[in-house]
Parts: sequence; C-alpha cells; structure tokens
Amino acid sequence: MSAKKSYEEINEKIKRGEAVVVTAEEVIGIVAEKGYAKAAQEIDVVTTGTFGPMCSSGAFINFGHSNPRIKMKKVWLNGVEAYSGIAAVDAYIGAGQLPENDPENKVFPGRFTYGGGHVIHDLLARKDIRLEAVGYGTNCYPNKKVDTIITLDDVNDAFLFNPRNAYQNYNCAINLGDKVIYTYMGILKPKVGNASYSSAGQLSPLLNDPYYRTIGIGTRIFLGGGVGYVAWNGTQHHPNVARGENGVPQTGAGTLALIGDLKQMDPNWLVGLSFIGYGATMAVGIGIPIPILDEEMLHYTAVKDEDIYCPIVDYNEGYPYNKPMDLGLVNYKDLKNGKIIFNGKEVVTTPQSSYPRARKIAETLKGWIQRGQFELTQPVANIPSADADIDFKSIPERNPGATNLNGGNRRD
Amino acid sequence: MKNKLVCYFSAAQSEQPIIYRLVKNYDLIINIIKADINPQKEGYLVLELEGDKNSYDEGVIFIKSLGVVVEPLSETVVWQPEVCIQCGACASFCPTEALNIDRDSMEISFDNSKCVVCGMCLDCCPTRAIQLHFEIKEAV
Repeated sequence: MSAKKSYEEINEKIKRGEAVVVTAEEVIGIVAEKGYAKAAQEIDVVTTGTFGPMCSSGAFINFGHSNPRIKMKKVWLNGVEAYSGIAAVDAYIGAGQLPENDPENKVFPGRFTYGGGHVIHDLLARKDIRLEAVGYGTNCYPNKKVDTIITLDDVNDAFLFNPRNAYQNYNCAINLGDKVIYTYMGILKPKVGNASYSSAGQLSPLLNDPYYRTIGIGTRIFLGGGVGYVAWNGTQHHPNVARGENGVPQTGAGTLALIGDLKQMDPNWLVGLSFIGYGATMAVGIGIPIPILDEEMLHYTAVKDEDIYCPIVDYNEGYPYNKPMDLGLVNYKDLKNGKIIFNGKEVVTTPQSSYPRARKIAETLKGWIQRGQFELTQPVANIPSADADIDFKSIPERNPGATNLNGGNRRD
Repeated sequence: MKNKLVCYFSAAQSEQPIIYRLVKNYDLIINIIKADINPQKEGYLVLELEGDKNSYDEGVIFIKSLGVVVEPLSETVVWQPEVCIQCGACASFCPTEALNIDRDSMEISFDNSKCVVCGMCLDCCPTRAIQLHFEIKEAV
C-alpha cells in the first residue's frame, strides 16, 4: 500500500493546520468519487460520532470536607443516592440511579422523571444541587450529617467514568407479544407494531474501526462536549461475534470504558433521559477520530449504513427470558428510512439514538482537529479484538446452601 | 359520554359545592385535571365529566345555571426544540405525521396544524420535550 501514514505525521499536519479531516459520512462520498487509493492518500483523519442512551455511565466526585470532617456512609445528590463505599468524601453517581422515593413501576408504567443522569446534567448546567450525606462518626471523621447546596464549581474533582459506552452495533427490538411493552428500547407496540434501533450506524465510532486497530486504551476522544479518553474496553466487551465480510459485527460486540473531566463538558452532550416503564438513564455524546494510517483504515471508515446489519430481537420473551430466536438481520439504511420488512409485513422504525446529534459531534470534532486544537493519540495498549476468546457469561444458578448461611456472606 | 371541560368561576361562584352536586344529583364521574380557585378571586376548573348522556347534559345545564362559564377544553401539544435531542422516537408514534422525520437530515419537526392531540408522543419522549398544554383564558 502506497499511502501509509504514522500518528506523528498526521499530528504534524494537524499542528500546521494542514490535516485533511472529514466525517464518517463525508468519507463515503469521497471514496465513491475518487476511489480508495487516492482518498487514502488525501484523507488524514475521519471523525465519528454517536449520541444515545448509555445507562452504564456515571461520575466520580470528591466533595471536599465538611468541618468537622465526615466519612460519608451514604450520600444523595438531589435525593438520588451516589455510591460512597470509597474514601470519606468520594462518591460515584450512576446515570441509572433513581431517587429514594421514586414510585418506580408501582403504578405501571412508571415515569422515571429524574435520576442520576439528570443530576449529572444539572451539575453541568451549573445548577444548585442539594448534597445530603450521613456518616456514623469516627475519631478522625466526627461529623454525622451534611445537608447543603453545592454546584459543580464547589467540588474538588468530578470526572465522568462510564464503564460501558459506544456499543459497537445493537439489537433491533420488536414485540412479538399482544400487549404493549415498555423497555429500554422505548415503547414497543404489540404484534410487531414498530421496530426500535439504537446506533448511529455509519457514523458510530466502533463500526468505523471494527477490529479496534486505532481505538484503544488512551485514545483521546470527544466526550460529553469536552475531551475524554478511552480508559479500557467496556464491560460486556465481546468482540468474537459473527461479522460480515467487511469485518463489521452483526450484533452487539465491542464496547468502551470512557473517562474525562466533567468540569470541561457541556450539558448539551450529557442529557438525562426518562424511559417510561423502564427507568432513568443518560444520553452521552461521543466522537472518536480515526487516523487513516493506510488504505485498510479508509476501507473501514467508508462503511455505509446498507452494509451494517443488526439482529432483530423480540423483547417480549426472547430478550427478557433468553429464548434464542432467529428473527433475521436488518440493515441501518432500511432502519433509517423508517420502514423494514418483517415476515412480509412493513414495520415502522423507532430510533433511540440521535443521528442529527451524532453528525454534529463528528462535525465538531472535525473542527477541533482542523483548527489544531485536538491531536490524535496512539493507543497505549489495544483492547481485545475478534481473535479473542471471550466467553459471554451469565450468573451461575447455585444453591448457597445451609453451610454458608451463617458465615456473613448473605444479605439479610 | 365523556368530555373535558373548562369551568370559569367568578369569586362568588367559587363558594358553591358544584362538584358535590354533580356527583350527588347527576351521578357523574368527575376527574379534576387542573384547578386554580380560591374564595378571594375568580378561577377555573378543568374537569373530565363522565356519565350517561342525559345526566351529562343535565349536569352541564346545572353548572351553567349557576352562572359558571363552561367551554370545551382545548389542549395543545407543545414541542420544545431546545429540550429535544432529535432522537426521533416520537415520529413512529404520531398517527398524523405532525411529528415527522426528514429522512435526509434525520431531523424531527412538528407541524401543529396536523396534530390531533392524541398524546401518544408524550410517553415515548425520553427528554420530556413534548408537553400537553391546557389553554385557559386569562379572565372570565
């Protein structure tokens, strides 16, 4: 291959303001016009983007100390509990956490109007947040109660740490049952009344680097409107799944754990969401630049919606009860056009991931790179790829047994 | 039959036990959707009134006989573009394509003139960008 470039060469061009940067949408047209070889010589970076609900997200916060000091046993932000089983005034607020008094699904379907994702959004919007904490009191941390108002500017540290984001492909959800169901894929009408999907498709980061050649640990990214980094592979990272000839997984596969300083992010790109009957979560904006190191990378980034397939999954019984059903595959071109054919019947599609926002992220990141504000990073280490031997596990069903019951390993 | 009504009260009328009479004398099922009344000032009451046709009609005549102005409730769906994240989930639930996705830009737009206020979109919007507004007049 003639057009090989190194990270250093690409960064030199970015510094000089000469880098050729296009989005993962634009690259498709350029390849059609100029062909792979010529386009690979010209293009230095392809930017991707995605903006959708990502439950496995949250933020670590260090509040600073009260006077007298407190070891927080429990902590709440606007009534939403944050996990405080770490050092005295550190906590983790998860996007899916609900207020203590939330009616949940007691009157079905519940509304879930506020949760951890909304707290993170409100923190970013620099709103006043009620901080409540209790402790049991120690010699070094005598205080037992804190009840005050804080803003993001009052805390020492706040960084987003999302254990599983940017899912490489996802299910297309349908309802084979005869009653409406309320899921994390939205409302699913009975008898396959709609088909819900959640991916930016051709703009989605991991669908543009299907074998994670350039996206790895340490990769600098757009996260929540600011700069973040890939920390690790995400939880449930499962790269060894069925793939098409283009290398693109045909089901949920790779995932990323992401990290970044919350204080420099933007409330427009971390938005609390309420899914009726399901719960609260957060939409996360992510953009990842892909260096065109060679023609192979250009092939990957030129992937089109019609070449990306995802499985149709029944959320009435198939998904909740792990019943294997082969309902076929569908591509993102059809999903985005608003109709798919299932069992000979036309079914309207319901997007969950915002394509216009994904496009805006890819455009924003492109602007940052073009202006020399954002340089690319070579991964410090790679994340497991398609040749990995990762077993997708379930919780074992074992009988805890009488012998263990008095040993303190039981939740009373 | 079942209908939503707005009842406009003067200050004096608000002292009367209208709901009690509607239940006791006309056997109507009443759901108070919204109310803003106090004895010092005029106010309004948004009611859902349910019963057989005779009782319903007589009940409404009774309210009017007290000098209360009764009008059918006009509801409007309001789409807040600044809250909307353009996911597009609402469009597939909209029976009249008032909420519509432009398939090139994938952007949502809302055409109020096509909206029949069915309320399907309210439940499926994860950012609560779509709201139902009751149109209440400023004064009687």
